[in-house]
Amino acid sequence: MLRYLALGAAVALGLGGAAHAAVEEETTITDYAFPFEGPFGTYDQFQLQRGLQVYTEVCSACHGLRYVPLRTLGAESGPGLPEPQVRAYAELYEVFDEKLLDGEGDFRPAKPTDNFPESSLANAPDLSLMAKARAGFHGPYGLGINQLLKGSGGPEYIASLLTDYTGEQKEEAGVVLYENTAFPSRWIAMPPPLYGDDVTYEDGTEATIEQASVDVAAFLMWTAEPKLAARKRAGFAGVLMLSVLAVLLYFTNKRIWAPYKRKAKDRVPAE
Amino acid sequence: MSHADDQGGTRRDFLFYATGGAAAVTAGAAVWPLVNQMNPAANVQALSSIRVDIAGIEPGTQLTVEYLGKPVFIRRRTQEEIDEANAVDPSSLPDPIARNPNIEDGAPATDPNRALSQGVDGETSEEWLVMIGVCTHLGCVPIGDGAGDFGGWFCPCHGSHYDTAGRIRKGPAPENLYIPVASFADESTIVLG
Amino acid sequence: MAGIPHDHYEPTSGGERWLHRRLPIVGLLYDTIMIPTPKNLNWMWIWGIVLTFTLVLQIATGVVLVMHYIPSTDRAFASVEHIMRNVNGGFMLRYLHANGASLFFVAVYLHIFRSLYYGSYKEPREVTWIIGILMYLLMMGTAFMGYVLPWGQMSFWGATVITGLFGAIPFIGESLQTWLLGGPAVGEYTLTRFFSLHYLFPMILAGLTVVHIWAFHTTGNNNPTGVEVRRASKEEAAKDTLPFWPYFVLKDLFALAVILAVFFAIVGFMPNYLGHPDNYVEANPLKTPAEIVPEWYFLPFYAILRAFTSDVWVVQIASFVTGGVIDAKFFGVLAMFGAIAVMALAPWLDTSSVRSGRYRPMFKWWFALFIVDFFVLMWAGARPAAEPYATISLIATGYWFVYFLVMLPLLGVIEKPLPQPGTIEEDYARHYAPATGGTKTVVNPAE
Repeated sequence: MLRYLALGAAVALGLGGAAHAAVEEETTITDYAFPFEGPFGTYDQFQLQRGLQVYTEVCSACHGLRYVPLRTLGAESGPGLPEPQVRAYAELYEVFDEKLLDGEGDFRPAKPTDNFPESSLANAPDLSLMAKARAGFHGPYGLGINQLLKGSGGPEYIASLLTDYTGEQKEEAGVVLYENTAFPSRWIAMPPPLYGDDVTYEDGTEATIEQASVDVAAFLMWTAEPKLAARKRAGFAGVLMLSVLAVLLYFTNKRIWAPYKRKAKDRVPAE
Repeated sequence: MSHADDQGGTRRDFLFYATGGAAAVTAGAAVWPLVNQMNPAANVQALSSIRVDIAGIEPGTQLTVEYLGKPVFIRRRTQEEIDEANAVDPSSLPDPIARNPNIEDGAPATDPNRALSQGVDGETSEEWLVMIGVCTHLGCVPIGDGAGDFGGWFCPCHGSHYDTAGRIRKGPAPENLYIPVASFADESTIVLG
Repeated sequence: MAGIPHDHYEPTSGGERWLHRRLPIVGLLYDTIMIPTPKNLNWMWIWGIVLTFTLVLQIATGVVLVMHYIPSTDRAFASVEHIMRNVNGGFMLRYLHANGASLFFVAVYLHIFRSLYYGSYKEPREVTWIIGILMYLLMMGTAFMGYVLPWGQMSFWGATVITGLFGAIPFIGESLQTWLLGGPAVGEYTLTRFFSLHYLFPMILAGLTVVHIWAFHTTGNNNPTGVEVRRASKEEAAKDTLPFWPYFVLKDLFALAVILAVFFAIVGFMPNYLGHPDNYVEANPLKTPAEIVPEWYFLPFYAILRAFTSDVWVVQIASFVTGGVIDAKFFGVLAMFGAIAVMALAPWLDTSSVRSGRYRPMFKWWFALFIVDFFVLMWAGARPAAEPYATISLIATGYWFVYFLVMLPLLGVIEKPLPQPGTIEEDYARHYAPATGGTKTVVNPAE
């Protein structure tokens, strides 16, 4: 009975993942290896800096990161830019300040305390949370096992989407659509953003389409989950403390029950 | 038998204390985040230090910026204003203390002690006056630009007059206008906080 | 107070006597914590403590999240992101709260299954059972409204679909739905009321928890044998029981520590596994997500809701008999609430004179099938509403009702139960010898 229910609980956990496994299209998502995967994985600062560069020079033309404060670019667990660089980077953007011109509001250069601007193109979604808002891995059969083993695959989806344009395009209702094997309906309105060597990395890394895609996917994972390292630390500390407590409680429990739980074969003679 | 009992007793005590201790530590660790979340969040903390560009301020004009929810007056004073302020004996003032957290506590309210020293090359220019624009009486915002009987600031609520160094000269306010923690980052930038 | 006879609190010092004359609160706590508990309780009797703890966890994290959350359609989503990015430890608080809901439901389902297997719902514990079902319904309401608060796509469309259920009720449906939402569609007015109720319901839950405990402290705990504790005298009761403190408190705390370690692993390493990616997209009333899927703990009932389409013959008969008042949509709603209603009626549907499933050879198998059925429904609820899932849902839904309405009454009549132990002491002694007595040599002394 007990074993049965424990198994049931395990199955329930697996099925839980099924909730977001309902839509399974024929898409191919490459399982890229990211440094932040696994229980101890953390962000690679250099990769985030490269990703930031790709975002700035390519994505930000249309997309925004409205929930991400610019100051967090200086975070040790993030891209870790030095403070003057963060200030200089912020000034690349203009933000609308309601307080200027006696309450009429006006544009001014952004400060580190401001957030990234919103998308400048109406149909370009905001990218702040994209790495958590998309799932690359599902199933099989809605059992949620792939997500359990590989993660939900948000960054993998982004990287695959950026690399997997087939080059085909068609026009539908006046909109040009581009074929992309990672996109759920296969036809996406976003033109291929990367052509190779779109940016020049300072650290000499060659900016192939794949390299730039993986870097910007890692960067977007950071914008979606900036506290990833702290979260894993807290989780680890919690598991550790509770395990120690569990072991101690196990022995304490055993000890207090000992007078009542001598196995029939170990009976102690009357004292 | 009794010997064995004693040993069992000690070991049992230790186990119970260890378990109780571990439980207390775990509970304490669980409570801390619930308390700590009420401390200022990262976005609020980020505003505890702001940079103000003062490049465009001409002598005899002032800039008002909001800092920690309060107005801060940044005035570039003329030589006349400085001379006027220096002509006063601080000990004769209603509040003879500088009220400037950037220098030592309880320093006299002389004009150099009130002004923000550029301190870049040891020179102590008295040109810049940075003050929290809140009347020390009941918290109204004084009117500036040479207002009041002493050519400095005047609080319209209860008629407190401040001089060109922001010192209280007349009226109900008990203390000089407070000076925030401030410093020059470079020639044209003041860091508040 | 009725209940198992045991030693009561006796104030000893002057101060204790003073307080006891005026407010016997220490005595109440003493009686609660020292309650005689059947000593043969197994590891399925830990879920009550887990649930109580989870309620405290959810209230504690919830109260602090409220300090940063803003219930407005313009700012709710952004305020959650503010919690995740700026508030000290906010990401942890929110993930604990979100996954705490899942922990809550894992525990409540196991708690319910335990009751169903060991017959804890049966006479004289019907009131405990009914209060438990009410708490379960309140939990579902709380969880549903809580899921709306982040104002993501799933929040919005989940709220739209679920409140739409009420619209299926004939005659009053539409006005009921409008009353629930506060307007023609889910909007700001809906968000603010859900926020208020999401805060209120857990307080009612806390109150019902006290009543739930009061009820089963009056009847005494059930136990794996289903045999009642002897309560003719204190001495006799003491042979079947041990006080809750320290024996069961430590046992439960040990189990709780293990479960929380697993819980922290999920929160720390895969906090979004049980969530839906679409809820990281801000609500957009103009764009429905590709598929609206409820949280995992609602899936079995979601499957029951969807199982009845207009081409199912029961639905056609119902529609014909009622002159079209009951259509497929309303039938689904009735089935969903009916599934919980038949469960609530289990004490009166079960005709067996034997309480515990341990001594019911046929019941065991039907119960096992019921558990499988639950997971099949959960799985089918997550799949698209198409074949073969529709048929699977329908069959599984059918079995749910057959189990409660047919098998429980029938098994009591046709089943020949195994012999039960006479007393709990007897059952316990079969596994563990009493501390004294016995003749065998010491093979492995306790120390």
